[in-house]
Amino acid sequence: MFQSLSDRLSGVLDKLTRRGALTESDVSEAMREVRRALLEADVALDVVKDFTEKVKAKAIGQDVVKSVTPGQMVVKIVHDELTAMLGSDAAPIDLIAAPPVAILMVGLQGSGKTTTTAKIAWRLANRDKKKVLMASLDTRRPAAQEQLRVLGEQTNTPTLPIVAGQTPQQIAKRAMEAGRLGGYDVVLLDTAGRVTIDEELMDEVAEVKAGTNPHEVLLVADSLTGQDAVATAKAFDGRLGITGIVLTRADGDGRGGAALSMRAVTGKPIKLLGVGEKWDALEDFHPSRVASRILGMGDVVSLVEKAAQNIDIEKATAIAQKMKKGEFDLDDLAEQLKQMQRIGGMSGMMSMLPGMGKIKSQIADARLDDGILKRQHAIITSMTAKERRAPKILDGKRKRRIAAGSGTRVEEVNKLIKMHRQMADMMKSMGKNKGLMSRMMGGGGAAPSQDEMARMQDELAKMDPKALQQLPADLKDALPRSLQGLGSQGALPKLPGLGSGLPGLGGPRFPGLPGRKK
Amino acid sequence: MFSFFKKKKPVEAPAPTALPTPAPHLPEAPANNAGGLIGSALVTPIDIPVPGAEPPVREHWVSKLKSGLNKTGASISGVFTGNRIDEVLYEDLESALLMADAGTGATTYLLDEVRRRVKDSGVTHPVAVKNILTEALTQLLKPLERALVIGEFKPTVIMVAGVNGAGKTTSIGKLTRHLANEGASVLLAAADTFRAAAREQLEVWADRNRVEIVSQEGGDPAAVSFDAVSAGKARGKDVVLVDTAGRLPTQLHLMEELRKIKRTIAKAGAGDTAAPPHEVLLVIDGNTGQNAQNQVKAFDEVLQLTGLIVTKLDGTAKGGVLAAIALWSRERQKTAPALRPVPVYFIGVGEKLEDLETFNAREFSQALLA
Ligand SMILES: Nc1nc2c(ncn2[C@@H]2O[C@H](COP(=O)(O)OP(=O)(O)OP(=O)(O)O)[C@@H](O)[C@H]2O)c(=O)[nH]1
Ligand SMILES: Nc1nc2c(ncn2[C@@H]2O[C@H](COP(=O)(O)OP(=O)(O)OP(=O)(O)O)[C@@H](O)[C@H]2O)c(=O)[nH]1
Ligand SMILES: [Mg+2]
Ligand SMILES: [Mg+2]
Repeated sequence: MFQSLSDRLSGVLDKLTRRGALTESDVSEAMREVRRALLEADVALDVVKDFTEKVKAKAIGQDVVKSVTPGQMVVKIVHDELTAMLGSDAAPIDLIAAPPVAILMVGLQGSGKTTTTAKIAWRLANRDKKKVLMASLDTRRPAAQEQLRVLGEQTNTPTLPIVAGQTPQQIAKRAMEAGRLGGYDVVLLDTAGRVTIDEELMDEVAEVKAGTNPHEVLLVADSLTGQDAVATAKAFDGRLGITGIVLTRADGDGRGGAALSMRAVTGKPIKLLGVGEKWDALEDFHPSRVASRILGMGDVVSLVEKAAQNIDIEKATAIAQKMKKGEFDLDDLAEQLKQMQRIGGMSGMMSMLPGMGKIKSQIADARLDDGILKRQHAIITSMTAKERRAPKILDGKRKRRIAAGSGTRVEEVNKLIKMHRQMADMMKSMGKNKGLMSRMMGGGGAAPSQDEMARMQDELAKMDPKALQQLPADLKDALPRSLQGLGSQGALPKLPGLGSGLPGLGGPRFPGLPGRKK
Repeated sequence: MFSFFKKKKPVEAPAPTALPTPAPHLPEAPANNAGGLIGSALVTPIDIPVPGAEPPVREHWVSKLKSGLNKTGASISGVFTGNRIDEVLYEDLESALLMADAGTGATTYLLDEVRRRVKDSGVTHPVAVKNILTEALTQLLKPLERALVIGEFKPTVIMVAGVNGAGKTTSIGKLTRHLANEGASVLLAAADTFRAAAREQLEVWADRNRVEIVSQEGGDPAAVSFDAVSAGKARGKDVVLVDTAGRLPTQLHLMEELRKIKRTIAKAGAGDTAAPPHEVLLVIDGNTGQNAQNQVKAFDEVLQLTGLIVTKLDGTAKGGVLAAIALWSRERQKTAPALRPVPVYFIGVGEKLEDLETFNAREFSQALLA
């Protein structure tokens, strides 16, 4: 989700930032393109109008035109408005009420209510250790109750026994009673899909709400929805007072405009994203990160989190210690390459990195993608243990053997060795640094705190793209030719345990962050 | 192409090889259009313009669609109440089209077309603009209007695919009813072996229609499809409808799986005059925005679609994305003439057995701009 909106918007805004001076008509022209990009992403027309008007007013009103980096200012205004539109803080499901806490799931037909019910139940039971009961109030869709029962079996969540012939209101009542008697913490109520103009069905769900007093009323909506998302959201909110929105099918290639629209017209937070059909395919929604991702500024915080979850901290810390002492050898590099692959390889990281939208296609064109990591890994494994520990002994003959053994060329072997040497040097000099980056590199072991990451994301959003172009010249040489120049467009953050830059890509240092100062 | 819906004994129907076109003789219009519409559309020969005559307006679905529009206040009829054709009017039209999900491309195209026609015709009253826009939209959508034809093959195998929750299973249930109404015998194949209770859901539809269903406990979708097509042949069925699991085009392995299902179906029909599946339908949720185009593209690439079903038009969504799809199809045909537009066979207007209607470009345009 959001990827192609991000590509479009960052394209438009890039044009602005390349300009030295901006006229009012430049801004207007850019806003027309922003409008188009948003519309093509299915953002509701009224919301688009409102958005572009606000941005334009701010951009023209604040002497942006006369400022030193006018393009940058406009980008910042767009970013801020986008964040405002999405809301700034993540809003998790709220269970602070007397148990059993009822959660009512509502939405149009086929939006993903039943599946999401099971996902939430699974998460609450497994992550938050809650005792959860699910009940299907869908007496209309064929086999709907059976569907929830099967999902309950698959996720090990108790479901309310099915009693034929009961109305949704009766089932709801029975579910709450069972919740009380069984000592459940949460009762999830899945309802039938309904169109908002079906008065009878809207009445029915309103009665269910009145009878169960749910602490959360979640509107489950398809992220592929078009302009009608606003009408749907307004109708459900107006009738039921929803407390939040779950967007499903975020694993698709939709542009996610519905997310922006629904939040904008209801003011209700998007709480969760459905990212697949399995019960663990549920993610929290972080508005500010999403805003950055939409603008092609990357979502470094999510990337770091992912790294923190998947990287073996002990190994990473050990490597970091060695690095500081200048003992970073090729075995360590091999380990790093492996860790890289674990957090989704190049392609997995690309989508989250600043400015990477465009680069991604370049990389796809060059067919480098994750192949390069694998080849680099192959080169290292073709070396003897001694060579890995002391790369200095690698002479022409040895290199030829390694190239043959790994199915690569001597040049590639040379590049890898050079890259390793530069990384080792850089790590050594940064090892003295007590800043955030040094902790992120694994120095402190634990992943950075939420606060630190938020600060980092902020820094990143404010960053001047020009600063990113300061890529050490020799490091650039170490990159495969087709990737040279990439560094000038994207900032590659350091990840816990991965050290500076990314193997295979090389990487600039992080402007604006402690790690940069020598 | 031109052929008829043939009932069980296709005595003197033109053989498919007997092209070019046999003398176009229109079937008798049913006495009462309200009941057997789908059937009548099925037996209506295609590509034969009926000069001058407006197609019958089917109050049923048109009113359903309109009621959705009116309730949201999204109706654009108010736009035409002024007494001048000015920029404000065009802006309002633009908004209306965009809000119906027509997308920026089709909206620009339609507005340019309207401006041109307004200029050429010299009309001055806003109401005339409404007619011109309706006409332009109708013409854009016209290539998507074609009837599903069955009976040429026995059994006619229809494979149904689409993204999750679009309405595939429900549409199959409704389609079964309409085919049965025409006297066709139908067999259902429960090839969604993934989603919880998908099989049970299709079984309910089979029961409602009193037709047979082929399914397997925990089977593989290709295997179920193979069995069903074989059974359809053995049992002399007219139509086999294959329900598949929902999937997003981003799930490449699942798109591959569709390819495999299709190949397997072809194997099951080896030796037939034309290898099944004879129809491959994509079901699109009418609430979908611009992604609908991606869906057509992606599923067409993998399956070579022969038709579309657009569902849930009984709600507040307007389904204007069909304009974007029509424009895209047209552009595509310009560069690759062999790639014809994928027609919209049916639209879904509710959850009940009878809530399926054939697609009519003019009615659709009228309802959209009502
Ligand atoms: N790819 C993907 N599929 C999803 C997601 N959430 C739900 N689905 C699928 O969407 C389809 C419909 O989901 P359901 O949970 O049955 O939808 P529902 O809202 O309960 O449907 P009704 O009860 O008929 O209104 C199923 O095929 C689900 O597997 C998601 O986040 N990603
Ligand atoms: N209002 C309305 N609801 C519809 C229509 N068609 C289908 N539905 C509903 O949409 C929901 C999903 O329909 P399904 O037929 O299960 O969709 P599907 O594509 O088979 O879903 P998966 O197999 O899970 O991918 C059900 O609640 C249907 O009743 C329609 O035309 N109008
Ligand atoms: Mg459901
Ligand atoms: Mg289905």
